[in-house]
Amino acid sequence: MSAPTAFRIRRPGRLAAETVTLLVAAAVAFPLYWMVLSAFKPAGEIQSTEPRPWTLSPSLDSFRRVFEQQEFGRYFLNSLIVAGTVVLASALIAFLAATAVTRFRFRFRTTLLIMFLVAQMVPVEALTIPLFFLMRDAGQLNTLGSLILPHIAFSLPFAIWMLRGFVKAVPEALEEQAQIDGASRTRFLWQILFPLVFPGLVATSVFSFISTWNDFLFAKSFIISDTSQSTLPMALLVFFKPDENDWGGIMAGSTVMTVPVLVFFVLVQRRLVSGLGGAVKD
Amino acid sequence: MTTQLTVTGKRPAATTPPAPRPARRGGPRGHRPWAPWLYLLPALAVLGGLLVYPVYQLGLISFLEYTQAQVSGGEPTSFKGFGNYTTLFADPQFWQVLLATVLFAAACVVTTLAVGCALAVLLTRVRALPRFVLMMAALGAWATPAITGSTVWVFLFDPDFGPVNKLLGLGDFSWTYGRYSAFALVLLEVVWCSFPFVMVTVYAGIKAIPSEVLEAAALDGASQWRIWRSVMAPVLRPILVVVTIQSIIWDFKVFTQIYVMTNGGGIAGQNLVLNVYAYQKAFASSQYSLGSAIGVVMLLILLAVTLVYLRLLRRQGEEL
Repeated sequence: MSAPTAFRIRRPGRLAAETVTLLVAAAVAFPLYWMVLSAFKPAGEIQSTEPRPWTLSPSLDSFRRVFEQQEFGRYFLNSLIVAGTVVLASALIAFLAATAVTRFRFRFRTTLLIMFLVAQMVPVEALTIPLFFLMRDAGQLNTLGSLILPHIAFSLPFAIWMLRGFVKAVPEALEEQAQIDGASRTRFLWQILFPLVFPGLVATSVFSFISTWNDFLFAKSFIISDTSQSTLPMALLVFFKPDENDWGGIMAGSTVMTVPVLVFFVLVQRRLVSGLGGAVKD
Repeated sequence: MTTQLTVTGKRPAATTPPAPRPARRGGPRGHRPWAPWLYLLPALAVLGGLLVYPVYQLGLISFLEYTQAQVSGGEPTSFKGFGNYTTLFADPQFWQVLLATVLFAAACVVTTLAVGCALAVLLTRVRALPRFVLMMAALGAWATPAITGSTVWVFLFDPDFGPVNKLLGLGDFSWTYGRYSAFALVLLEVVWCSFPFVMVTVYAGIKAIPSEVLEAAALDGASQWRIWRSVMAPVLRPILVVVTIQSIIWDFKVFTQIYVMTNGGGIAGQNLVLNVYAYQKAFASSQYSLGSAIGVVMLLILLAVTLVYLRLLRRQGEEL
């Protein structure tokens, strides 16, 4: 993000603008700072009615409580498996589908595209009821599959819609050239198109990863009796108690749950911003 | 979504067919008309089984008598026609929740757009370092899972141990006790985690405007507001349409924040929105058919929003 500003006229207001920018950044980052800080605070300081924005005696007690009491590692692994599978599967499926709707002209193509758009609007939460019965009838309740399958389905429409722009941006001349050079369609697909569209796949994956990792409703509704199949959000809820929330545990758990997403974001942020930008500029 | 906001409508030359486009079946190679369907097969299979079929089931259940007795097989399911809808529409709570959902979503959308656009413009006026810092902070908020974001915001505003009340001198004022303060708290969290998308997208859009245009406007002495209103906003219109519609859809469906922050819909259900209402009806009180009927209502409302979206896209001359 070191590109030059849109317009570089010296203005007396720039310093003020930069101050405001930094203040806003501090305000936006504050909740995350407070979360991490509280996770490291010793119990006495969290329960203090005089909260201080620093701590002089950081402790790992809250993290220890999280990891020891709640099979947290297991939940964490489950979350990773679910999110990882969904990201890979939906990226591959969406890539194929996006190729189909951009590189071919066929009947119902426009209808399909509109369906993909409409599908994005379907309130996932409303479908929890029929999905619950579907999973029950298929004997999939209390399995990770009951989380993976619906999430693939719900990430697909958006992923296809977004990838479309990236596939379209690859000049068709390239495909003709590959054909002249004797490359099969499959070979063109995987050895030429796939690498070129990869940045777009990464940007798209961010969305499917986040929606899956963050999922709370399916995790709560479909994993009802076998807690060994639970995912992270459930582990977090354990620390909410009717009268006395264990804020240290909640904050430590939240930190552990947020860090992988942050890492993922930082890793792909360049591609995300340029991906969105590229898509917008087309 | 953000893809294909063809502002100029131009496409790579190779893909632009002559005006009355001849249907080029089977793609560049002409033969094998089933090839695209082969590529689409996995997507269609997954979507058909886990999206289309459940939508059909949702509609079906909303016309049945379906409670715990039917689920456990104790009683046969019976067809109720519009009975569930009649029950629902006769319930004053439903209308109250519907109104709350619409107003809450509207407030979230307006605030998110205002904050996102203002910050996007601000980003164009600062040097790289402050821009990078704000970008990073925004990405952090964007990346935060809804559930952890909710828990952190509740903690920040906790009457006993939270720093916000301390800072504002509110004593032990409980934000989640009152209906409006609870909604306000959820709104803050929702705006916090959804403005980055608007900011990044609009910023990318502004950067695509030729800088000469903005410079000329600035040299002519136009104020920042004037530049936004007369130069940026018209060019950004397609992008603004997309982020607005996307925000409406997201904010109308807020679930986790309400559920976690107000503990399942607030005291006596004062903070229920349609989504949480449907969930509570179905899974807390086992009235699956009523819950499904609420789901159908949501589906229809969002479908209406989508149709408006499609019309706007069409009017912009976007080619699908």
